[in-house]
Amino acid sequence: MRTDDLIKALDADARSKAMPLRSVWWVAAAAAAVIAAVVFFLTIGPRPDIMVAMHTMRFLAKFVFTIVLAVTAFGLIRALSTPGASTVRAVAWMAAAPVLVAVAVVLELFMVPEVMWGTRMVGTNMMICMGFIPLIGIGPLAIFLWVLRYGAPTRPVLAGAVAGLLAGGLSATFYAAHCFDDSPLFVATWYTIAIIVLAAIGGLGGRLFVRW
Amino acid sequence: MTGKDEAELSRLLRAAIAGDERAYADFLHRIAALVRGFARRKIVQGGVDPEDVVQETLLAIHVKRHTWRDDAPVLPWVYAIARFKLIDAFRRRGRRIEIEIDDIAETLAEPEAETVSERDINRALDGLPPAQRSVVSAVSVEGRSIGETAAKFGITETAVRVSLHRGLAAIAKRFGRAT
Repeated sequence: MRTDDLIKALDADARSKAMPLRSVWWVAAAAAAVIAAVVFFLTIGPRPDIMVAMHTMRFLAKFVFTIVLAVTAFGLIRALSTPGASTVRAVAWMAAAPVLVAVAVVLELFMVPEVMWGTRMVGTNMMICMGFIPLIGIGPLAIFLWVLRYGAPTRPVLAGAVAGLLAGGLSATFYAAHCFDDSPLFVATWYTIAIIVLAAIGGLGGRLFVRW
Repeated sequence: MTGKDEAELSRLLRAAIAGDERAYADFLHRIAALVRGFARRKIVQGGVDPEDVVQETLLAIHVKRHTWRDDAPVLPWVYAIARFKLIDAFRRRGRRIEIEIDDIAETLAEPEAETVSERDINRALDGLPPAQRSVVSAVSVEGRSIGETAAKFGITETAVRVSLHRGLAAIAKRFGRAT
């Protein structure tokens, strides 16, 4: 087939419509949040003393970390799924969540006596945390990988990993409402591991599934 | 290439996405010439036919045109797709290449004309279900309109459009899947 012939076929198909990728990302984000919420409320649900906990800094700080991670990853993944879009600024913003967590960890180390560091870090919920963050996040991750496939990421593995971070940030935001371990030492350790698990699954999904 | 070409190509693609077929044909011809120049300069060791890269890029541009933001420049978008498809073509043939990431050299590309040879796209076309294959061939190689194709096969124009759309999407997907 000559290229001119191919152009005739593409031109004849000019009227076929597809939803702009930009809009699809917002729909996907909303759908992912609904799925995460449903899984969260059907399984572990929020902690019973949530109204009291909301008045403590450590509890609220968890949401700052996870929401910042989700928002920055959302910005980056939209750029990564669009060919030729600049990712420099979005990549720089990805440092925000780790920096906030690092600052909180340093403050915690100053405020809490050294003998308690270990207890604070290990917490009481570590296995639930490592199990439920990936569990709540896996549905959203599947949606985000599907959108990547609908888009055109020129670096599919990286884009898949960022989809995992986005799913992780979203999932951890819900999980944080359940978890009794509010110390930044716990968050920095176990939330990070659980989110990295999702990022690794996302990267693998990007490699195997995001072809275009 | 100049800012004027950029503005003109953006205008054409915007019109095309709004359903203007003439603007779309014009856009695709210009992009084909640019990508051809790009592929010929990047492929120096041989092993990959630049025209295959042109065709794969055009197909990808077509099935992924919803990823273009109409307020963003069109050329960086086109070249990012072309570079991705070029790397893909080398990878599929078991070669590794280094491609410089400078857009400046690419914007100097001169439009070039096509050479004729056996194409990857023919193999992809042969892999389609018969109904889609005959519709895609009729519209492309035989140069028939949607209406003429419908009359030839005794089906509705809508059925022709659906087969054409699915056939093109399947060819594009086949290029993406091959590793």
